[in-house]
Amino acid sequence: MALLEIKNLTVEFETATGKLRAVDRVSLAVDEREVLAIVGESGSGKSVSMLAVMGLLPWTATVTADAMTFQGRDILNLSPKQRRQIIGRDIAMIFQEPVASLNPCFTAGFQVEEALKIHTDLDRAARRKRAIELFEAVGIPDPEERLGHFPHQMSGGQSQRVMIAMAIACNPKLLIADEPTTALDVTIQKQILDLLMKLQAEQGMGMIMITHDMGVVAETADRVIVQYMGRKMEEADVLSLFEKPKNAYTKALLSALPENATGDRLPTVSDFAFDEAPYTGAAQ
Amino acid sequence: MAQSNTIITKGAEAGTRRAMLAEFWYYFSQNRGAVMGLYVFLAIVAIALLAPVIAPHEPSLQNRGAFLVPPVWEAGGSWDYILGTDAVGRDILSRLIYGARFSLFIGVVVVSLAVSVGIIVGLVAGYFRGWIDTAITRVMDVILAFPSLLLALVLVAILGPGLVNAMIAIALVQQPHYVRLTRAAVMGEKGRDYVTAARVAGAGHLRLMFRTILPNCTAPLIVQAALSFSTAILDAAALGFLGMGAQPPAPEWGTMLAEAREFIMRAWWVVTFPGLAILITVLAINLMGDGLRDALDPKLKRS
Amino acid sequence: MSEIVLETRGIKRDYHVGGGLFRPARTVHAVKGIDLKLEKGKTLAIVGESGCGKSTLARMITMIDPPTDGELFIDGKKVDMAAGDLTPEMRRKVQIVFQNPYGSLNPRQKIGDVLMEPVVINSNVPAAERRDRAMAMLTKVGLQPEHFNRYPHMFSGGQRQRIAIARALMLNPRLLVLDEPVSALDLSVQAQVLNLLADLQDEFELTYVFISHDLSVVRYIADEVMVMYFGEAVEYGTRDAVFSDPKHDYTKTLFAATPRADVESIRTRLAKRAA
Repeated sequence: MALLEIKNLTVEFETATGKLRAVDRVSLAVDEREVLAIVGESGSGKSVSMLAVMGLLPWTATVTADAMTFQGRDILNLSPKQRRQIIGRDIAMIFQEPVASLNPCFTAGFQVEEALKIHTDLDRAARRKRAIELFEAVGIPDPEERLGHFPHQMSGGQSQRVMIAMAIACNPKLLIADEPTTALDVTIQKQILDLLMKLQAEQGMGMIMITHDMGVVAETADRVIVQYMGRKMEEADVLSLFEKPKNAYTKALLSALPENATGDRLPTVSDFAFDEAPYTGAAQ
Repeated sequence: MAQSNTIITKGAEAGTRRAMLAEFWYYFSQNRGAVMGLYVFLAIVAIALLAPVIAPHEPSLQNRGAFLVPPVWEAGGSWDYILGTDAVGRDILSRLIYGARFSLFIGVVVVSLAVSVGIIVGLVAGYFRGWIDTAITRVMDVILAFPSLLLALVLVAILGPGLVNAMIAIALVQQPHYVRLTRAAVMGEKGRDYVTAARVAGAGHLRLMFRTILPNCTAPLIVQAALSFSTAILDAAALGFLGMGAQPPAPEWGTMLAEAREFIMRAWWVVTFPGLAILITVLAINLMGDGLRDALDPKLKRS
Repeated sequence: MSEIVLETRGIKRDYHVGGGLFRPARTVHAVKGIDLKLEKGKTLAIVGESGCGKSTLARMITMIDPPTDGELFIDGKKVDMAAGDLTPEMRRKVQIVFQNPYGSLNPRQKIGDVLMEPVVINSNVPAAERRDRAMAMLTKVGLQPEHFNRYPHMFSGGQRQRIAIARALMLNPRLLVLDEPVSALDLSVQAQVLNLLADLQDEFELTYVFISHDLSVVRYIADEVMVMYFGEAVEYGTRDAVFSDPKHDYTKTLFAATPRADVESIRTRLAKRAA
């Protein structure tokens, strides 16, 4: 049984100029211990579908799906209270902007301990001990001292580590990483990706990696979903996707990578005639 | 973000101005109070413009046979004077209608005076920074440290009572707000890449200030202008009430209140109606200003 | 021997971070003496991570900020910003394209005005000709004439970047400084913009200084590469020399950290994961 299973998810936004369909009949499933990458360019709806899972969309959004289950349990029609019990504990999420994701008014330690306070019944001392453990686990040097630091005293990479510590605080079964390294430098990106993969393997988490970067996909994923304009274009395991992409859009995307450049100019997506977002929702 | 942009692009094929206006109206009309405020305000403007046509009497015509006539629905009221008459037999309704002209005139003059001075001073402060900025901000801080009405009162006392002087005084009291707003907005915009790009293209100081930066600072200024329009009316009424603003027999609402002070106990209508007129106008403009803020502020964040 | 368009000798820039209530004032050396020479028609890529001083260097080359020390030569002529205003002639020679396409266009200016502004400021070309030139440039960068009267918010990131490039080219500059011009763009759009830059370089014999943190883009576009680390040039040479035989440790770390999207490395990774 899949850890998270979504069938025909559609998300629409109410805007000044009418309805906007951000996600169009997308189905996906993640198993335990599996890393699924959702790759797409801006406007492909890759983040929106995961925010829908987390129940983090603004009220202007309408979410519909044939099914949305986590460990076999329906999560589409949860009350806010039930949702809070699952989210943050069993499903955790980290975001693109680590510095903006931390509250600047509180110390890093306070924020990690707060996450523990909400989802566990550890007492104060135990929480602090666990926070130190977590900081060690995510590779923050001098954890005891770092707990007392405010977000502005930390670099982007450090902040992302704190975010990861908060996310894994309650041993989630599924970690959703929304462009976790986009705001970071390449060397830091490498460290964070390595850390995420290490934690994923150690804790046996399922992971959804949302990214626009084919390099990140290649370095992390087991299975890949390519999204374009809110629709799923292709789903394949990582090797076959890079080796022999089936969908024209995927092909275009891969050949637009500068490292794959063969001639004097790069092939662009418009050089490839592809059917604009075919309906692939039938993958049951 | 990109998605909403493409939608706007499509909608904009027909006419960019109209599309922007339509978007503005969408956000503005989300706020019902604002729409109501707008309608009331438009009605007041219409009344002011058409005053000679709709007013049943001359505003300063005294009828010696009808002192303190109550409004039509009270005992002793008459259809000649729908809202009654004042102590010297002038029709209150007509005076209120003409008073709308005063109030709007005051609002327009005060706001344009305060805005134009405030923007230039704020622009200079925010653009050049350094000692000139420090000097300007200190002066503005000093002005803001006084209770605004008190300062206006002192200024009018120095300049001499009268409507024009009252307007100048109120404008002077209000312009620090514009200076501050403009300065903050200019400082925010000055570091943006498009300003640097204009600099690299060779644009001089004046061009950078007025053509490049200023048009991007207008949204908060429009909101502030709308809100201080009502403050101006209120302050002018207060000065009028204290005898320092428009002088009798001008049918200015605040002045009308002042003249009616001694009849509060005997003839409630002479004070109530001017008071209500001020209340309704100020409320309408404030509601409208809130709507403007809703419509213009998210736009700031998005671009 | 072709002509040298850009040369810097020991160019430096310090920032004085003002002392706050609890901190003493200190000096940050953002760029610590860079020497470089760039021939006409070539592309120099400056690579480094955030805070390495690459953007500061770009701003000095573009004559936005004056260097604290050192000399800058454009077309063999020494640039002296301290001695008073730059001549418009000098300023015209170097133009810049910024990273963020959403911040680099004036939101209240129509595209046509964006393109014509540099011409208005720097010459007395009559309005009709100005318009023609702007139109021509608009089509050259791959946009349509009907875009002329639209506002920036109606364009996508890639289109805006095209507009920014068009604006930079309106004054026929010798040198174009590209400060991360494609890093805010989607992959497919990035390819289009890179192609456009290559086309324009061929057509106008432009010289590029291309600032980037993305090694795969640099490898594709650059003739020469400079790697910056904490304000210093730790590696400087031709593209092939730098990529095939990096000398400095930092360069090696940088190469090792860059994600690889080729089938071989995926296979290796999966094998390691299965083990």
